[in-house]
Amino acid sequence: MMICLGIEGTAHSIGVGVIKDMRGSCHVLSNLIKAYQPQKGGIHPREAANHHASHIADLISDSVRKAGVDFADIDLISFSQGPGLGPCLRTAATAARALALTLEKPLIGVNHCVAHLEIGRGTVNGCRDPVLLYVSGANTQVIAFAEGKYRVFGETLDVGIGNCLDKFGRQMDLGFPCGPKIEELAKKATQYLGLPYSIKGMDLAFSGLLTAAEAYMRQGKRLEDVCYSLQETTFAMLTEVTERAMAHTEKQEVLLGGGVASNKRLREMVQIMANDRGADFFVPSRDVCVDNGAMIAWLGFLMYDSGVRMSLDDSLINQRFRTDMVEVTWRD
Amino acid sequence: MTKKILYRGAEAEIRLSEYMGKTVVQKQRVKKAYRIEEIDRQLIAYRTKEEAKLIAEARSHGVSVPLLYDVDLVKGAITMEYLDGNRVKDILNVLEESERRSICLKIGESIARLHNHDIIHGDLTTSNMIFLNDRIHFIDFGLGCKNIELEAKGVDLHVLMEAFESTHSKYSHCFKDVLKGYSKQFQGDAGAVVEKIEEIVRRGRYR
Repeated sequence: MMICLGIEGTAHSIGVGVIKDMRGSCHVLSNLIKAYQPQKGGIHPREAANHHASHIADLISDSVRKAGVDFADIDLISFSQGPGLGPCLRTAATAARALALTLEKPLIGVNHCVAHLEIGRGTVNGCRDPVLLYVSGANTQVIAFAEGKYRVFGETLDVGIGNCLDKFGRQMDLGFPCGPKIEELAKKATQYLGLPYSIKGMDLAFSGLLTAAEAYMRQGKRLEDVCYSLQETTFAMLTEVTERAMAHTEKQEVLLGGGVASNKRLREMVQIMANDRGADFFVPSRDVCVDNGAMIAWLGFLMYDSGVRMSLDDSLINQRFRTDMVEVTWRD
Repeated sequence: MTKKILYRGAEAEIRLSEYMGKTVVQKQRVKKAYRIEEIDRQLIAYRTKEEAKLIAEARSHGVSVPLLYDVDLVKGAITMEYLDGNRVKDILNVLEESERRSICLKIGESIARLHNHDIIHGDLTTSNMIFLNDRIHFIDFGLGCKNIELEAKGVDLHVLMEAFESTHSKYSHCFKDVLKGYSKQFQGDAGAVVEKIEEIVRRGRYR
């Protein structure tokens, strides 16, 4: 049995989680998150990093206290090594290194995207070999285990789905993040307005659709109708590429992850798709589905447990840490 | 008439059937309950029509594709020749290296023949290629279109490159042979297409 503390800091959230492994499943002892809220516009990387730096020390103490453990009980420190915003990643990594050196405990840097998948396998009953639809502000990927690695079967060719919704919402002064507001507005729609549907194989593109949605607004269409059409079109695209990846990999489970997975309409669509295929549908509880420290801690444990070790020199962050760069040593 | 489901893809059911005494394949696009009626209807009708048009045109340019027997736009069904060969996806990893490379050359040549006439397949994966009578046959043009732009050809090949990396990761170097075959047969500037693929990779996230 190991107790691991994980620090997440790839974008607008700084999170510290403490987990305990219970024979292959993840038991979350604490999982605290503080999210940076921009005054206006989107995430300013330096300001987000300053936010993280001012909260990280308290978050670590609070998370350890809430977990009901002592600092001496912690066996491993892990942190999000990438991908993400440089200043944010560096802040989280610096905190992790300092903590590991102070406590004289091993340090492991993990891939943020893979952590989203592993926390599903670790915390959701029955979730063993899923296709992950990972939808957040920056990331939109369809990931599955194949030939010894987590492979990206489909991904966005331009912006992430959350970013697409935010870009639209920002022009309409909906604040940040805009997803929840767009979801509410969409419920009051009265008609669907056609938008470009752009999928290439299992990849997606959102930029053309975004331009078309903005054009509708300039033409004076109702905001509610445009929000509805934006959601229906982008989510149908996401569900379709996920189904394509499931057919292609012949897998029978689908898992949702990332902030946009909080959207009820997206959940509903992916669930219907799964049911119609006779596949299982999984979504982790909200606190481990958004960016959080517990998933970082859990992946850190899996890696350490399978023999991975990391020296301080290897703990440099990597803003462009791709999902398929990770050697998966903890799965057959 | 037998109606055995051969394969259940993401958007269509493929059944073995009979048409005027011949064994044929019926591709039936199915209604998807997860998407709204407006999107569903439009996608099914548009893709069925586009697919039939592209298969017919590819054939007229000497690219190996199934023969079309019937197209039903209302039902979203296409009846076509049954190709009793192997999916490239299933054989590529188990072939001898020399055979694998020769198949990859052929894949490249056949894609070039499509691109010579601005036919974009749209979903170039090894699941959508059938190896039969020493030739690569393309199936599933459902995401295809006609497009004269370099970008579209680059994206088309980029999809295949990704399929090599995810599904044939041990043999992803064979994608070079695909490009070699492509360059041999493509009538335009193949170098520009290859550069375009590199550009698409670079502008992807985290590259």
